Amino acid sequence: MEQNKAFKQETVKKVLRYVRGYWYYLAASILLALLVVVLTLCVPRLTGNAVDCIVGKGQVDFAALTHILRLITAVIVGNSIAQWAMARCNNRLTYNVTQDIRNDAAERLQHLSLAYLDGHSVGDITSRMISDVDQFADGLLLGFTQLFTGVITIFGTLLFMLREDAGIALVVIVVTPLSLFTASFIAKKTYHMFQQQAQIRGEQTAYMDEMVQNQKVVQSYGHEEAAQERFDEINDRLEECSRKAVFFSSLTNPTTRFVNNIVYAAVAVFGALSAVNGNLTVGQLSCFLNYASQYTKPFNEISGVVAELQNAIACAARVFELIETPPEVAEDADAKVLTDVRGNVDLEHVYFSYTQEQRLIEDFNLHVQPGQRIAIVGPTGCGKTTLINLLMRFYDVKDGSIRVDGTDIRHVTRESLRESYGMVLQETWLHSGTIRDNLCMGKPDATDEEIIAAAKASHCHSFIKRLPHGYDTLMGEEGGGLSQGQKQLLCIARVMLCLPPMLILDEATSSIDTRTELKIQNAFATMMKGRTSFIVAHRLSTIQSADVILVMKDGHIIEQGNHAQLLAADGFYAKLYNSQFAH
Amino acid sequence: MVPDSFRRIFMKKLLIYLKDYKKESVIAPLFKMLEALFDLLVPLVVASIINHGIKYGDKPYIYKMCGVLILLAAVGLTCAICAQYFAAKAAVGFAAKLRHALFSHIQSLSFTELDTQGTSALMNRMTSDVNQLQNGVNMTLRLLLRSPFIVFGAMILAFTVNAQAAVTFVVVIPVLFIIVFSIIYATLPLYRRVQERLDQVLRRTRENLTGVRVIRAFHREDEEIDSFHRENEVLKKEQLYVGKISALMNPLTYVVINLGVIALLSQGGHHVSVGTMEQGDVVAMLDYMSQILVELVKMANTIVLLTRALASGKRVSDVLDVQSSMEFEADPVVQPELTDGEEIIGFSHVDLTYAGAGDKSLEDLNFSIKRGQTVGIIGGTGSGKTSLVHLIPRFYDASSGEVRIAGKDVKSYTKEQLRGMVGTVMQKAVLFQGTIRENLLWGNPDATDEQLWKALTIAQAKEVVEGKADGLDEQIEQGGRNLSGGQRQRLAIARTLVSQPEILILDDSASALDYATDAKLRMALAALDPKPTVLIVSQRAASILYADLIIVMDGGKIVDIGTHHELLERCTVYQEIYDSQFDNRKTQARGEA
Repeated sequence: MEQNKAFKQETVKKVLRYVRGYWYYLAASILLALLVVVLTLCVPRLTGNAVDCIVGKGQVDFAALTHILRLITAVIVGNSIAQWAMARCNNRLTYNVTQDIRNDAAERLQHLSLAYLDGHSVGDITSRMISDVDQFADGLLLGFTQLFTGVITIFGTLLFMLREDAGIALVVIVVTPLSLFTASFIAKKTYHMFQQQAQIRGEQTAYMDEMVQNQKVVQSYGHEEAAQERFDEINDRLEECSRKAVFFSSLTNPTTRFVNNIVYAAVAVFGALSAVNGNLTVGQLSCFLNYASQYTKPFNEISGVVAELQNAIACAARVFELIETPPEVAEDADAKVLTDVRGNVDLEHVYFSYTQEQRLIEDFNLHVQPGQRIAIVGPTGCGKTTLINLLMRFYDVKDGSIRVDGTDIRHVTRESLRESYGMVLQETWLHSGTIRDNLCMGKPDATDEEIIAAAKASHCHSFIKRLPHGYDTLMGEEGGGLSQGQKQLLCIARVMLCLPPMLILDEATSSIDTRTELKIQNAFATMMKGRTSFIVAHRLSTIQSADVILVMKDGHIIEQGNHAQLLAADGFYAKLYNSQFAH
Repeated sequence: MVPDSFRRIFMKKLLIYLKDYKKESVIAPLFKMLEALFDLLVPLVVASIINHGIKYGDKPYIYKMCGVLILLAAVGLTCAICAQYFAAKAAVGFAAKLRHALFSHIQSLSFTELDTQGTSALMNRMTSDVNQLQNGVNMTLRLLLRSPFIVFGAMILAFTVNAQAAVTFVVVIPVLFIIVFSIIYATLPLYRRVQERLDQVLRRTRENLTGVRVIRAFHREDEEIDSFHRENEVLKKEQLYVGKISALMNPLTYVVINLGVIALLSQGGHHVSVGTMEQGDVVAMLDYMSQILVELVKMANTIVLLTRALASGKRVSDVLDVQSSMEFEADPVVQPELTDGEEIIGFSHVDLTYAGAGDKSLEDLNFSIKRGQTVGIIGGTGSGKTSLVHLIPRFYDASSGEVRIAGKDVKSYTKEQLRGMVGTVMQKAVLFQGTIRENLLWGNPDATDEQLWKALTIAQAKEVVEGKADGLDEQIEQGGRNLSGGQRQRLAIARTLVSQPEILILDDSASALDYATDAKLRMALAALDPKPTVLIVSQRAASILYADLIIVMDGGKIVDIGTHHELLERCTVYQEIYDSQFDNRKTQARGEA
């Protein structure tokens, strides 16, 4: 509990750090809120005074009345301008702060370690950056406007009431908290109903998800009626439970309103009695009645606002967690820039695993000469990405070293290391933008001739030309609109354009038809000429012609050698080869 | 604000689900109005306290009136509780009926419509949209009538107090309505734009995450940060713009209401002065003015909520409007008894163009399959293999030409007959949450355990189930997460075998099995008695080598039909496929693979 509180305070402090840059909006907002509350509270008083000018037939003080009415006009005009200015300040404060938070999160995202990004789902991170920040903004806005003005209103009204008549003020003060109690009592009672509702709703969503997503299977077995029956059974339970939850929670408003009405009645009777005794004027009574309802309003809102703020703080904490995650290990100050890479890659006594308990790569040694081909072979999920992760320095080795042209890759800049590799992965990733933007990723200053040459070399040119705007065709999210094979070819063209000295290629072409596959093979072959290449290999021809074959299984490198050596060893590779290729 | 045609569709499509709650839907607003009525009486009571009680120092009268106030509050509370109960009952019941109808409608759609709708969209319709509608109905029943009732009730009662002074209300109310509605009207599309911008930022974030390796490989981090900043800036500008307009709502209504108060006071002064009004009446009028303000704010909130519910309603009724493009015969036809060697499946000049697609996916298919034959269908991705087999159980209808089963057009069978005859194991092996037994019984709810084990044995899934602690009663998690791909495939095959179909279609459904298991499965199928007609769709030549007949597909057309040996001699597409998988055939005897 204490820890929780400290954590919340910590979060609030961080929020304040973001707010600090916009302190003038905050200061203005606070001053304006004070002004708004005071002016708002003046109006009932003034109308009360006005009512006192209108006592009865022939007892109307027109001079005083006119004066008061002028005063009221000035007050409401001033008040409404202040209200508007306050809302603008709050808006500016909130949206600027959320913009800054999102920008910081986006910047951090680009510098987080792959270990963190691989360990968190895309949905989780996006929801932190989008919906959490959004809820935080809502909470902040509501919090500033309602909590702050609410509290000032309560105290302001108290002061005004105490000045008018302490006795009646006391009545209001004593009775009003009742509405708070009833509201929180109902909230507590309905909490478990909502929980139950959430649970049944979850059950129903899971069932619908299964049935709708696999509706074709359902229909192919003629299972529709059975599915409907089961659905209805859950649906009925949900109806029953929701009815209770919705009903009981909707009692909050009427009951708090009831308490308010009681307060109102109490003020009316006590006020009327004092008026009879001559201690209170009718105008003061009407003013009191007005205050009574103004005083109770923030009480009704505050419980909601507090919940909103709690939620906002929880949301903020989640974004801050992302922003504060330490970035990947910083580069050495004197990190070398790799130039004129020949393609010597040495792995010496490399140890690596993703977690402490797990043991994956142990004492792995590999020496690659410039221009050699390294084939990585193994069943799906064997951990070929692990090797790519290490070569590109997406992850750092636990022990040992990886050297390119004799330099430990931990002592070179990430940029120059990664620029030395051309990477084509199985999962094709294209960003939204034009085809040209995507092709130029590795070489932003490429000329049209260069782009077209690369596209021709990778067999893209013909289908790109057929697109509605050729090279300037906009692609949808994640390359929507193009086939898997076409996307793969674009990824190859992208590498073809900058042609780095070393390549990392994933040959997996399981989702591509034979003809396209042939094209991709040719494109790969053109690229690999004279370049050190690491290939996740599926085709026998690639494997057989490789200088070194790495056989991986369950994340481990279990065998290493060329085709003849491995067959002679009669190990896992030999078994794999015989089962898949020799029939 | 809402187009007429839209409202008509909306009412007709969705309001029928409220029809079992007619009573509740009338009673709830009625009670709400009663409650409002009691609220409206309060200023009159206060006025009489001032006009009589205070004026004449009549304390018993004041006590009495205070009792009346408490009574009004209590009766109001009772009415409100009744209203909330009936509104909750109607709204929740409406939502439940709507969900039932949506689910049953989705189940009635044919594959063509399922393809275009998309699971996540349908799920959103059934969850968040229905919830929005439930909220909308609830709020409509509770507030939509109450607020105008209070506003106009306050005005009418003001007229009973003093008709001349009440004219102020006639001016103030329309002005307030205009302000509230024009601000809502102006900001709604702007809020939608903000939402679109937010989606844009979300897309950008997602893209950065899914492509993180590529971005870093090409060292594009700074460009990505820059473009995020740009989009974020645009989002903020839109937010500030809409905020600027909606921030006008409170100050403007405040000014108008208080101008009304000033007008009332100055008129009240004149009336009281000449004796046509009393002091308490002025107080009552002021009270009514402030009641109007409170209700208008509530109404504005309700309207915003309602527009959201209407948008949800539109989306839901759009789904309900989707009609199944396929109709089935209602009366079963006599199924002819076939003996081995007679045609069981026949295709004549069959074309298939998917809805919304420009090109034909299948073109001029002609072939005939005899009862008891095992037929292999092979071809590259997108060659039309799956499309072909989907025509047999009528998952889709041929755009032209005829598909026959046992000599009759597939369209002449009832849905139950057809799906009973044809058992399809789909490409993606899907199992459902529940026990293994429950899953297998999908094939035939009356199957005995003995029959289940027999099917498991054939599907090579016996050891899978035997390896589980609870055997047939082992729980399968959602999506079959606790099973491997190969185990799921074998169980899916067993599930279809339980139904003992005459025609068995395996649509690439043994892809996760190793070669040995795949071979054992094919052997077990061949030994079945009575032997079904089996269609095996595969990318692996090894899986279909031994078929009686092999159909080679390419680009939606049948390239050739024949046995393995025939095709290897004369069909280049088949040779290409075979070569790519058996690279070393030159060193081995052809066909001896």
